[in-house]
Amino acid sequence: MITIEQRAEFRKHFRNNISRRVATDKIVKGIVFGCVLLAIIPLGSILFEIIRNGVPVLSIDFLTQPPGAVGSNQPGGIGPAIQGTLMLIGLSSLIGVPVGVLGGIFLSEYGNNKYGQTIRFFNDVLAEFPTIVIGLFAFAVIVLSLGYFSILAGMFALSIIMLPIITRTTEESLKLVPVSYREAGYALGIKRSVIIFRILLTSAKSGLITGIMLSVARIAGETAPLIFTILGNEDFFSGFDQPVDALPLRIYRLANLPYDSATAQGWGGALVLILIILSLNIGIRYLFLRKRRGGSFRITTGG
Amino acid sequence: MAALESQQVDRMETLTRTPIARSSIEASRYKLVAENIVASYNGIAAVKGVNMKFREKAVTALIGPSGCGKTTFLRCLNRMHELTKGATVTGKVLLDNQDLYSNKEDAIIHRRKIGMVFQKPNPFPTMSIYDNVAAGLKLNGVKDKKIIDQIVQGCLEMVYLWDEVKHDLKKPGMSLSGGQQQRLCIARALAIQPEVLLMDEPASALDPIATQKIEEMITELKKEYTIIIVTHNMQQAVRVSDYTGFMYLGDLVEFGETKQIFENPRNEITAKYVQGQFG
Amino acid sequence: METVKLKGGSPIFDKIFKIGVTIAGTYVLAIIVLIVIQLTTNSYQIWAQEGVSFLTGSDWNAVEGSESYGAAPYIAGTFVTAGIAMLIGVPISIGIAMFLSELAPKFLRSVLSFVVELLAAVPSIIYGLWGMFVFRDYIRDWIETPLNSALGNNVILFSGTPFGLDIFTASVVLAIMIIPTIASISREIMIAVPSSQREAAFMLGATKWEVFKMAVIPYSKSGLIGASILGLGRAVGETMAITLLIGNATGQSAFPSSLFAPGQTLSSIIANEFPEAANGSLHMAALIGCGLILFVIAITINIVAQFLVSKVLKTHQGAVLA
Repeated sequence: MITIEQRAEFRKHFRNNISRRVATDKIVKGIVFGCVLLAIIPLGSILFEIIRNGVPVLSIDFLTQPPGAVGSNQPGGIGPAIQGTLMLIGLSSLIGVPVGVLGGIFLSEYGNNKYGQTIRFFNDVLAEFPTIVIGLFAFAVIVLSLGYFSILAGMFALSIIMLPIITRTTEESLKLVPVSYREAGYALGIKRSVIIFRILLTSAKSGLITGIMLSVARIAGETAPLIFTILGNEDFFSGFDQPVDALPLRIYRLANLPYDSATAQGWGGALVLILIILSLNIGIRYLFLRKRRGGSFRITTGG
Repeated sequence: MAALESQQVDRMETLTRTPIARSSIEASRYKLVAENIVASYNGIAAVKGVNMKFREKAVTALIGPSGCGKTTFLRCLNRMHELTKGATVTGKVLLDNQDLYSNKEDAIIHRRKIGMVFQKPNPFPTMSIYDNVAAGLKLNGVKDKKIIDQIVQGCLEMVYLWDEVKHDLKKPGMSLSGGQQQRLCIARALAIQPEVLLMDEPASALDPIATQKIEEMITELKKEYTIIIVTHNMQQAVRVSDYTGFMYLGDLVEFGETKQIFENPRNEITAKYVQGQFG
Repeated sequence: METVKLKGGSPIFDKIFKIGVTIAGTYVLAIIVLIVIQLTTNSYQIWAQEGVSFLTGSDWNAVEGSESYGAAPYIAGTFVTAGIAMLIGVPISIGIAMFLSELAPKFLRSVLSFVVELLAAVPSIIYGLWGMFVFRDYIRDWIETPLNSALGNNVILFSGTPFGLDIFTASVVLAIMIIPTIASISREIMIAVPSSQREAAFMLGATKWEVFKMAVIPYSKSGLIGASILGLGRAVGETMAITLLIGNATGQSAFPSSLFAPGQTLSSIIANEFPEAANGSLHMAALIGCGLILFVIAITINIVAQFLVSKVLKTHQGAVLA
């Protein structure tokens, strides 16, 4: 038991350190705010430079014409690159969306066991994988066995990058569907598969679309895997056995050319690319993420 | 359960039969005064202008149905409410005639003088039992190891925990049972030598035996501290408190000596509530 | 009529459906296994030829007849750039997360969270372009040249001729790129710390910073480490920005010594030299071998990180004892 005298004695040992502690607190708050500014400055600078350098290049020709001869006075455009990127997004979705959604259904409806946990774990690991490795893999599997670079190899690589994102968002949005929906279905004697298709997927629709848009935003900017798969092309798409171009790959090639006109075109390409990605992201944000609690979908781009 | 209830009734009878030493209470002065406290969450008022005076070295209980604002009010008394997102407070809280709300910075000093115990025990999970109690001392610059040892032991004794843990002081605080954790949290609050102790349903997450221990401890602590306790349990209010305030829909409906509130309530709603007609 | 339709669904279809989704789920696992097999078989040639010296050697000669490959400088380059990026990026990220979870007023919170997400959404190639044509000049003139002229003669780290396309620039841009990842996960982890923990510290009279040190950090430590390791995983696998910024040295000279010298990472050597390597050549096998090394590094890092992060985010209540 502590007596009153003891308490008085104890209080004497308390340092009057409040002002120093409050000062430390203020300094830390200042530093922390500085961290936020440090992160915003690059974003501001990137957007500013893209607009400053990219806007002057924009024209109908730039968006629709193939690139001009290297070093020539005919700058040409990035038409094939835009075409290639759009085709790649569409084709990758053909594999990535159905497999990803089915995988998500598996994790949410049948994945409550050891095997499900394993899959979930490796799905998360694959989501964080260096995309250059996935590119090499697609090269080894598709390009080497077919014998040519093509949009097929690119679509295979990008579909692998999409997959874990869609799987994860599908699982999470299915889990947000109230249990009572399922129970109501079971009570009526409806088979599980029918419940999933007719009831759950309909209720989770906005979550699914969010996941798909997220994954599209992600693959639209992917560059590294394309080097090993679609190779790049100065011309428009001419067949499934031919190399094709893509926007990020074109920017990479233009950045490596020692001509000012090429650099300017690179900025123009970057403007188009960032507009695609930003509009997808802002769309996601305002259409769907709001409805979700937490908001833990992460939009990220790799290699 | 039946045995427990009868036990409670017994205790209630003992309490009501034993005359409280009135003279000592009436002579004591007001330690804490709340003036016109209005508190809200995101613009919705939870406490609508409460005035209340708390006697020194007495236990004041705040009772009322869920959502009546009693916890919010309690959290205004040591400026804890304003830490919640979207929360605002106006009014005055005078501790020994000094307004807690006069200076924004001083919240840190005032919180030290007004300890708080929460509904659920919340020891720091990565700290040992010893470090949990000593946590506040380190903040306040107490460096003398001997003094810290003395305070830790003294505080653990005050919460009847010392004998149970004296050989395990290095063990994590989370290794204790729920009731022990709650007493550890009380010891942690006592270690910084507060003058007022706020308790927000300290026993609501505990079993009857642990609850009884906490109540015995409150009766003991009253000799030194001004205690304000929020409780859902009316028997508990009768057992431990000298004064009771009944809150309803954000207002203080009735405030007086516990005996009067429970035996002879002046307000109709109070009467209904203490008779268990709603709650 | 709709309800009648809903009542359908034969048990056999149910079974087929279950098998179908299980296969789809397994696809992920199959891909990872196939990646291991493909990278191993396609780089077999280089392991057969060079053995352990592919990991320890530093020769890089693609001239036919005197071919010799060692990946040590690129492994070192990968770790050095990622390490510097972590040194810069982790404290800033934790600071941002602290601001977003503990300090920022409501309106700033959502605006800044969005900005951080946007930073994460900017593709690597755009960071590369910006680094090459904008940031490089600033970092060379404002940081590298002053450091070099002041300390370059005495400190080997700052020696050489600042050019702007070097290990330092690549690492700083890498830091900028991993900040959003680490910051947004750290923020989530800090938000998951129960408010009762903060209240306990506030009750003792702690300032916000002390609350952070006392209640938030210890509770979320393993999760924050996990978030940082996840950032490390990103940094290690990052390709395009690095390829454009690191200066692309090969062989012995690619060993990182000065911050202001060109270097090379596993991913950048693959991206740089792939167009020159012929199918089936030893050169190609060496590049795929680099990919295999990168795979092993990345998967190890990621497994550790996922384990730490998921453990914390799934344990909402109760203590997380390290």
